[in-house]
Amino acid sequence: MSFIRPNIRHPQLPVNDIGFTRADYEGALSTLCAGCGHDSISASILQSCFELSIEPHKIAKMSGIGCSSKTPAYFLGNSHGFNSVHGRMPSVATGANMANRDLVYIGVSGDGDTASIGMGQFAHVVRRNLNMVYIVMNNGCYGLTKGQDSATADKGSASKKGVPNPYSSIDLCETAIQLGAGFVARSFSGDKEQLIPLIKAAVSHRGFALIDVVSPCVTFNNTPKSTKSYDHVREHMNATGTFDFVPLKDEITTQYEPGKTEEITLHDGSAIRLHKASENLDFSSPRSAMNEIEKYKEKGEVLTGLLYLNPQTPDTHELLGTTSKPLNSLSDKELCPGSDVLKSINSSFQ
Amino acid sequence: MKPTDIENPEYFHKVVDCQYACPAHTPVPEYIRLIARGRYSDAYMLNWESNVFPGVLGRTCDRPCEPACRRGRVDEEPVAICRLKRVAADFKEDIKDRLPSIPEKKNGKRIALIGAGPASLTVARDLAPLGYEIELYDAQIKGGGFMRSQIPSFRLPETVLDEEVNYILDMGISTHFDHYVSSLKEILDKDYDAVFIGTGAPQGRDLKKLPGREAGDANIHVGIEWLANVAFEHTKSIGEKVLVLGGGNTAMDCCRTSKRIGGKDVRVVVRSPKSEMKASPWEIEDTEHEDIPIYENHSPKEFVTENGKLVGMNFEKVEAEYDENGKRSLKPTGEIVFMECDDVLMAIGQENAFPWIERDIGIEFGEWDMPVVDETTFQSTNAKVFFGGDAAFGPENVITAVAHGHQAAVSIDLMCNGIDVKERLEPGTNLVTQKMGFHEWTYDSPVTDDDRFVVPLADKIKSLSDRKMEVELGFDLEQAYNEAQRCLNCDVQTVFTTDKCIECDACIDICPTDCINFIQNGDEDDLRSRLKAPADNKEQDLYVSSDLKTGRVMVKDENVCLHCGLCAERCPTTAWDMQKYLYNVTKAGKGKEAGKACAK
Ligand SMILES: Cc1cc2nc3c(=O)[nH]c(=O)nc-3n(C[C@H](O)[C@H](O)[C@H](O)COP(=O)(O)OP(=O)(O)OC[C@H]3O[C@@H](n4cnc5c(N)ncnc54)[C@H](O)[C@@H]3O)c2cc1C
Ligand SMILES: Cc1ncc(C[n+]2csc(CCOP(=O)(O)OP(=O)(O)O)c2C)c(N)n1
Ligand code: SF4
Ligand code: SF4
Ligand code: SF4
Ligand SMILES: [Mg+2]
Repeated sequence: MSFIRPNIRHPQLPVNDIGFTRADYEGALSTLCAGCGHDSISASILQSCFELSIEPHKIAKMSGIGCSSKTPAYFLGNSHGFNSVHGRMPSVATGANMANRDLVYIGVSGDGDTASIGMGQFAHVVRRNLNMVYIVMNNGCYGLTKGQDSATADKGSASKKGVPNPYSSIDLCETAIQLGAGFVARSFSGDKEQLIPLIKAAVSHRGFALIDVVSPCVTFNNTPKSTKSYDHVREHMNATGTFDFVPLKDEITTQYEPGKTEEITLHDGSAIRLHKASENLDFSSPRSAMNEIEKYKEKGEVLTGLLYLNPQTPDTHELLGTTSKPLNSLSDKELCPGSDVLKSINSSFQ
Repeated sequence: MKPTDIENPEYFHKVVDCQYACPAHTPVPEYIRLIARGRYSDAYMLNWESNVFPGVLGRTCDRPCEPACRRGRVDEEPVAICRLKRVAADFKEDIKDRLPSIPEKKNGKRIALIGAGPASLTVARDLAPLGYEIELYDAQIKGGGFMRSQIPSFRLPETVLDEEVNYILDMGISTHFDHYVSSLKEILDKDYDAVFIGTGAPQGRDLKKLPGREAGDANIHVGIEWLANVAFEHTKSIGEKVLVLGGGNTAMDCCRTSKRIGGKDVRVVVRSPKSEMKASPWEIEDTEHEDIPIYENHSPKEFVTENGKLVGMNFEKVEAEYDENGKRSLKPTGEIVFMECDDVLMAIGQENAFPWIERDIGIEFGEWDMPVVDETTFQSTNAKVFFGGDAAFGPENVITAVAHGHQAAVSIDLMCNGIDVKERLEPGTNLVTQKMGFHEWTYDSPVTDDDRFVVPLADKIKSLSDRKMEVELGFDLEQAYNEAQRCLNCDVQTVFTTDKCIECDACIDICPTDCINFIQNGDEDDLRSRLKAPADNKEQDLYVSSDLKTGRVMVKDENVCLHCGLCAERCPTTAWDMQKYLYNVTKAGKGKEAGKACAK
């Protein structure tokens, strides 16, 4: 019996700007099924945080219940984490974010955790524009409970059981765009070249950033009739384009062919340089995004990549006018300013 | 790059770094696993088949395998491959009944072996079981060659040597000891079917031209001659103050022997900087452990005598200088240093000498007055005469002599069967899955974190007072087990089947040392520049698949793979599998099969 990960790493592992190697961002050994797409997404999250040189203790991983929601145990072992109840990650993330706005919040959820039991929570966390990255590991089924169709399973798609799904599916990206999210993207677990820059941009974006990642469940939903299998997604995937994530410190020098290349500066000063597949795409327009998604869907294709981006939306803290500092850095006096202040607040309502 | 041809027997062989580096290609990880399982006799026999002297080599081997060992690339130190071999020898049971039987009816072919060192003894071991009649000649009174006359007993006890030499001599070999062959012609006149020359490199270098050499002669000794005299007990003591000249392993043996038979102030004096001494690092370590100082950058100038007796030596201090190509030269500084001494041992090199080989019997001699010998067949320009060991290409070591012996035996057997000696057989190989079940392999795939275990030594005061007391005690069984577990099982290969791969990335994500990549193909330099982790060790191959569904290829850098099997465990389709690769050098006796194959 093995399945014990060696402690030896590549002797020449590169270090990032703050002196850490990729190994410093690892977590426990995954217990998911061999070949599960979720593991690749974990690896992409790990790689993104390494490349962004975020100190691990400045990250909080939030999740619900499901195979997907288990994954935070398998990356960023030196970061904070909260594994909440099924479908309730958004409210726990909201509370955490309200208390400490300085951490990077990475929410990890499943399609069941988000689009079924957690749909209400999801809708409201989008509306509130909580500053977080929300990654859905979307396999079209409830992996952890043996593969029942989920609310994102496409109509007609069949999992291991072989029965075509009779219901229409929820498109989480369209929902998020509709509800006012500022950063919406779709990707595929098997395409790290696309996924890693997306995660890095999502972390840099202020406000709610959704990445819906199609992530095949090898055990229950990787069948020839499933629209979320490795083969199906690879054959039907179309990207809105490719893009480079340009961190703040790198000056932008190269010039690109106009029309197809567009540059968008994020709130923290870093930028996304998009090389669009078509000139007709307008990433700043919700309507254009929805149109494109639907256009591909009609053809039986999946549109991936960045779908919609508005870097200037106010996040929950701005909307509520909260204090600019994490609560744990406030002194007693600031937290409890005394009865005089209370009196003046009360009187302002009279 | 083109897809890797794993059918080429050398591809996976090269991945087993230790076995590949071993001149005899001993299946190292296989015997290490047997040791871990407590199967010492089996481990011993596996070694014996391949290197003939496991007990000797487990103590004295030059161990080219260890600097090559993969563990050394991912950890501070390599696996103690050599000392594990000794464990097999120390803890085996009586294995006599497992030795090959010797046919009573001989095959009618007579072979002469000149010199009874490891090379000749290996030829004997390989040919005697095939029915050859073998006659062995040596000037010494017992077999073993330099293993007996040069390697001191405190490194190699006589009992160990006797045991392994006798396994061979007991195969019905006719021995002619105390018999110096002074004419090869005489031997050839005896009509042997083949003659093997394994006479070593028996001549030690002298400093003939150094002033005072003749006057001090009584106390100036050639190192290897002196060591032989000590071994055969012609020399029983030495003066209190001894200077040993030279920085190789012979110098280390000379100084340590001196310390045991009377030397008190024993010094090693080398011309080069210490960092460039030829001696193996572990020999230098052992020397220093015995409080013998090493003086570097001292070039011998003269032997100083008073009233016809040696009293010391003058050295000139030198400085090492390096030109832009890194080539070293020793620049004299003019500073003269005098060192007192009673005796000097010169251990400054060894040479071949063939005064007893006539030059008109068809054996061509080339550069440096060395015989012209084929590097594969070991045949000389006289078809019946073969060379091996130090006699073939100059001084090497025991394991190289053994490797030569095996190949020379193959040639002799081919020749005696009327087959061209160049018709050599491919090695025997075998590749078998090690999967037993879910997360279960036949081998211990987890990688331990232990540092290399240190071999315990005998008490220093005691061992310095007894020339025959072995210094190293060898691993006990617990240490042996733990050291064995440090081995990464490099012979259990990661075998990739392109058709089965669904490109789910599971192997990439799990691999602890970032070996695996799925990328667009390119030429080797280009691929190396694009891999997930630095891949600049070009001595280690890239394993490249044919095109995958997405048009990419799988590229695995073999360099730091831990053979942990996690890629195969995480692979949902068994596109990766862990398969044990056995590689056996083909030995003499397969010649007849080769003959049949040729006849077809
Ligand atoms: C001091 C010293 C220490 C060494 N330590 C090690 C060590 O620790 N590990 C290691 O691997 N190697 C060591 N070596 C090297 C190793 O001993 C040799 O490389 C190896 O023994 C060579 O084997 P061989 O079969 O070629 O011949 P040898 O072992 O040299 O044997 C040749 C034999 O031929 C005999 N002979 C020569 N000419 C004639 C003749 N005309 N007629 C009859 N007999 C003849 C000699 O008496 C001798 O017995 C050491 C060498 C020296 C000098
Ligand atoms: C309140 C509650 N209801 C039901 C469950 C049972 N349950 C566990 S995981 C799961 C579905 C998870 O699906 P998804 O979020 O898609 O995760 P996956 O396993 O597919 O990654 C369900 C229904 C539960 N744990 N808690
Ligand atoms: S059941 Fe499916 S989703 Fe869960 S670990 Fe296995 S493959 Fe992944
Ligand atoms: S780790 Fe084991 S198999 Fe690999 S090179 Fe070292 S001794 Fe040989
Ligand atoms: S056996 Fe597989 S997982 Fe383990 S180090 Fe080698 S390539 Fe990586
Ligand atoms: Mg799911």
